[in-house]
Amino acid sequence: MFTIGALGFTAPWLLLGLIALPILWLLLRAVPPAPIRRRFPGVVLLLGLKDEENQADKTPWWLLLLRTLAIAAVIIGFAGPVLNPQEERTGDGPLLIVADGTWADARDWPRRLDRIEALLEEAARRARPVAFVMLTDPPAGELQFQAADVLLSRLPSLQPNPWTPTDAADWAQGLTGSFETFWLSDGLAREGRGNVLVSFENRGPVTVFESPRPIYALEPARFQDGNIVITAIRDNGGAAESVTISARGLDPAGIERQLAIATAEFETGAQRAEVELTLPPELRNRISRFEIPGMRSAGAVTLTDDALKRREVALIAGREGREGLELLSPTHYLEQALEPTADLIDGTLEDILLANPDVIILADVAQVSDLEREGLLEWIDQGGMLVRFAGPRLAASDVSRQDEDPLLPVRLRAGGRSVGGAMSWGEPKALSPFAETSPFFGLTIPPDVSVSAQVLAQPDPTLSDRVIAALADGTPLVTRKREGQGQIVLFHVTANAEWSTIPLSGLFVEMLERLAISTRPAMPDAEDLAGTVWAPDQMLNAFGEVLDATTLAGVSGEDLAEGQLRPEMPPGLYAGEDRRIALNVTQPDTTLTRTAWPARITLEGLAVVAETALKGALLTGAFVLLLIDIIASLWLAGRLTGPRAVTTAMVAVAALTLTANDTHAQDTQIDALALDATSEVVLAHVITGNRQIDDMAFAGLLGVSNVLFQRTSVEPARPISVNLETDELSFFPFLYWPITTDQPIPSDEAYARLNRYLRTGGMILFDTRDANTASFGASSPNGRKLQQLAAPLDIPPLEPVPSDHVLTRTFYLLQDFPGRHNSRDVWVEAAPPDAEQIEGMPFRNLNDGVTPVVIGGNDWAAAWAIDENGRHLYPIGRGYAGERQREIAMRFGVNLIMHVLTGNYKSDQVHVPALLDRLGQ
Amino acid sequence: MTPEVTLRQQAEDLASPLPPLLAAAEHLASTVMLGIHGRRRAGMGDEFWQYRPVQYGDELRTIDWRRSARSDAQFVRQKEWQIAQSVLMWVDNAGSMRFASDKNLETKGHRARTLALAIAVLLLRAGERVGLTAFDAPPRTGETQLMRIAALLSDESNDADYGQPEARGMLPHSRALFVSDFMGNIEPVEAALTKAADRGVRGTLLQVLDPQEEIFPFDGRTIFESMSGQLRYETLKASDLRDKYLTRLAERKDRLLHLCQAAGWQFGTHHTGDSAQSALLWLYSSLERV
Repeated sequence: MFTIGALGFTAPWLLLGLIALPILWLLLRAVPPAPIRRRFPGVVLLLGLKDEENQADKTPWWLLLLRTLAIAAVIIGFAGPVLNPQEERTGDGPLLIVADGTWADARDWPRRLDRIEALLEEAARRARPVAFVMLTDPPAGELQFQAADVLLSRLPSLQPNPWTPTDAADWAQGLTGSFETFWLSDGLAREGRGNVLVSFENRGPVTVFESPRPIYALEPARFQDGNIVITAIRDNGGAAESVTISARGLDPAGIERQLAIATAEFETGAQRAEVELTLPPELRNRISRFEIPGMRSAGAVTLTDDALKRREVALIAGREGREGLELLSPTHYLEQALEPTADLIDGTLEDILLANPDVIILADVAQVSDLEREGLLEWIDQGGMLVRFAGPRLAASDVSRQDEDPLLPVRLRAGGRSVGGAMSWGEPKALSPFAETSPFFGLTIPPDVSVSAQVLAQPDPTLSDRVIAALADGTPLVTRKREGQGQIVLFHVTANAEWSTIPLSGLFVEMLERLAISTRPAMPDAEDLAGTVWAPDQMLNAFGEVLDATTLAGVSGEDLAEGQLRPEMPPGLYAGEDRRIALNVTQPDTTLTRTAWPARITLEGLAVVAETALKGALLTGAFVLLLIDIIASLWLAGRLTGPRAVTTAMVAVAALTLTANDTHAQDTQIDALALDATSEVVLAHVITGNRQIDDMAFAGLLGVSNVLFQRTSVEPARPISVNLETDELSFFPFLYWPITTDQPIPSDEAYARLNRYLRTGGMILFDTRDANTASFGASSPNGRKLQQLAAPLDIPPLEPVPSDHVLTRTFYLLQDFPGRHNSRDVWVEAAPPDAEQIEGMPFRNLNDGVTPVVIGGNDWAAAWAIDENGRHLYPIGRGYAGERQREIAMRFGVNLIMHVLTGNYKSDQVHVPALLDRLGQ
Repeated sequence: MTPEVTLRQQAEDLASPLPPLLAAAEHLASTVMLGIHGRRRAGMGDEFWQYRPVQYGDELRTIDWRRSARSDAQFVRQKEWQIAQSVLMWVDNAGSMRFASDKNLETKGHRARTLALAIAVLLLRAGERVGLTAFDAPPRTGETQLMRIAALLSDESNDADYGQPEARGMLPHSRALFVSDFMGNIEPVEAALTKAADRGVRGTLLQVLDPQEEIFPFDGRTIFESMSGQLRYETLKASDLRDKYLTRLAERKDRLLHLCQAAGWQFGTHHTGDSAQSALLWLYSSLERV
């Protein structure tokens, strides 16, 4: 390929054609434009005339230049110019393309695919057999070398895996034959990488492709001093930078969103950056994962599990107010046991129920009120856990004697018992080993734990099922009853050390843990997990997307403890019996390190400089130049000005301007309306389609605006005519809607807009303009039309304007609302039925808001209408009485607009005397 | 519809707003044909003129008995002397008349035929006698004559590029109407007008032109051809020719006007781009002129 700088030519010999351009120039100059033949009867008058000038056979220089450029573009275009021509790779024979295919690849996976595609295309050009291998998913058996085209078709379906290669070294050892290797590395150093490289080098030359972009990851979040600590790590100790970390989870509405955001600051040279996040418990418990936004990689996502969740526990003790006896406090040991791992809530039971805690502990509380009982039962039914401790009060009460109390798991015998005391027989009882069905199974019982007093359960048929811990003599120590989704647990001893030594031992904390009252340390060790099976609940793919994983098989606890990710155990959330464990790509001690390749290895970047073929652009340019040439030639030859010029010009222009776009114009139109309507107060009327009515409505609003301007502090601009179908209504405080029988019914969208307008405080004045001859009934044509128009509207119940309506006194004191007609039937939103006149007040305290509609038929616009010179357009009534009626109509308009703009302000004026009175006036 | 029916319908439409046209009749004594131009004296005719007392020599049957019965004397009923005028038309149907510069414009020939036939309709309604020059349709009255004229006018089979006025068959002291573009040789026109003037024929010359012929809106290298392609003229820069062409056209009109003035004729120019109604009005007034 022949190259000039970054430009190459596939057929450079064609460029010799450029030499011919000067000849072409001369040729073009010599040939005059072709003549037009025209039929023209007047030719007889022309006979014998002579041309004075002979210029037309000389083509102007700029047209020549245009044509020469077009020809040059064609020649260069066909010479096949290519920007950034790729250098061909040498080499033949079988080729192995290896990709790591780990989560670290995921971030720039498309670029890797592009690189692989480029390599495959190159191999296809050289007819090399190719095999493709992802180290995270090595093929079983021999390498299959195939034609590159076959692999190309499979390329789009390739996905990286969220785990790292485990047995790549063994696999590479087993390779046979000789081939060249292209290795697309993810850039992270890991064990066995050197061995793999050596194995490849034994087979042939190796080229490594690696992206220099840094790799970031998040370590699992952990809990420390009440805060969440998130650690971001990177693979190189470069310059100082900050990484945004976002915490995501479900909001109360069940929609996943970003709940918190933190910024981790890497210092120069540091590979780790920690950030602490302090969140309220409610918010913290909602977090399901942390991620670095915008980084599509499983490493940049860390799922949280129960280790991060802190349960909210409410403690309520029966005895309060005994100061100074902390160690005797019923809740002291509970507080000590729970404080490090749970959030404790204090308060009354009613308040606590509102907070919806995970656990409520009642320490020696015998009775709760009926209301509290109902609340508690409902809360338990929805998954709450009620833990009760016995005590002197419970023992002394009659609770659950005859019938089982809903808030206790068993019936109790009166009094309880006391063993091993000074006044009793026998020794304090020890605990019997926990049964296999008990949640406490497996806990070791310290030998010094003893129980000296307890409440006793009545023997019942269900008792044995409910016992989860018992004393050595078989009497129940802890009983449990499931209720709805929740459960009720009763410790038959006190929560302090009065009745037993359990609260003093470590067993107490462990029992609370097992009951999931307190949460356990972050990751259970292998012993804890031995023999358990964990079902995958959610899984992460390499791109850091959370997927449903319920179709995967369960994994054993040992594997989970080991934490080595495999195809069978992808990163994700694993659910056990009572808790969930998150398995992340990174471990708390993960470090990311760049691979150090030996100097003998060729290292290339991932960047593929795309070849840009310029042929198309050049030929298009030549085409455009020729089109311009056509128009210019037509113009020169007089065909653009003579007869039939219009068609010619249209064809030429259409060829040039292939696309036209006028949406912009529409946008600006809407903007203009918005600007007009919002920069000042503007009254508006609905366009009915009847020109005369519309003009009258406009003139009417002009009249009202004028009067408002003269008499009040409202200074409206020119009214606007509103098309319901196209215009936005929310700009207008007031719409005048004259009714004509022939106006079209608005579309559904227009009705949606109208309803939104009415609900958000707009007002429409409907005017049937028929003087209510039918007394606002259905029998006048306009009235029927109004009913038809208003049916889909959200209109409240109506009533005729009561004499104390705020409309009667917003500016003027009015009792009539005449327009051109003087009917008294004007309807507004009905007052609420409970509106009553307060003693001493002139009017009732009516509805708070503005009436959304005013309906009448007085043809107000006619009474208001003025022309541009301020003269009234329509005669009203006769003589002075008519002028008076017009004046009242104007006053009604003023009152109406004042009502729209000030709402119930005038209604509130009734309180002024009272307010003044209170001020001591 | 056949072409003549279409043509006639268009002409009727054009003529409908105007009252029947009475062509000014002069030298009536020589064309003694019954018509409708009252001579304001008793004679042959249909219209009542006067009652006069019976004189010696009146035939008995000429006495109007109804009038005579109202008085003691006998009266004779006399009628007005009425004569008809003959109008002869020539409409150019040569190739040049088939030209229209725009598809929205009608051809000059079509406009000329429509105008001529419209005048014929008006004249015939007034009871005049209308015919074509040469001997194809000698002047007659009545609807049939209109049919005949329409059929003859619809004939477009003339191959010549430019038409020559036909002055044969013109009755002495009749009236004439020549419609053409008068683009061709001027001598035949001159000859025809001289011949008409010799016979005491007065008339009207209507030149129908296409707007393009009046403006000459051409540019660039152009070959102009006559309608049959026999004449051609090539120019390298048509815009330069505009002034010269317009001068020549003005000369041609001037010449025609002088000829008409010498022969006592009327001369008018009409463009197919203008309304036919205005041309018809002008024709109406020119033929009515005494």
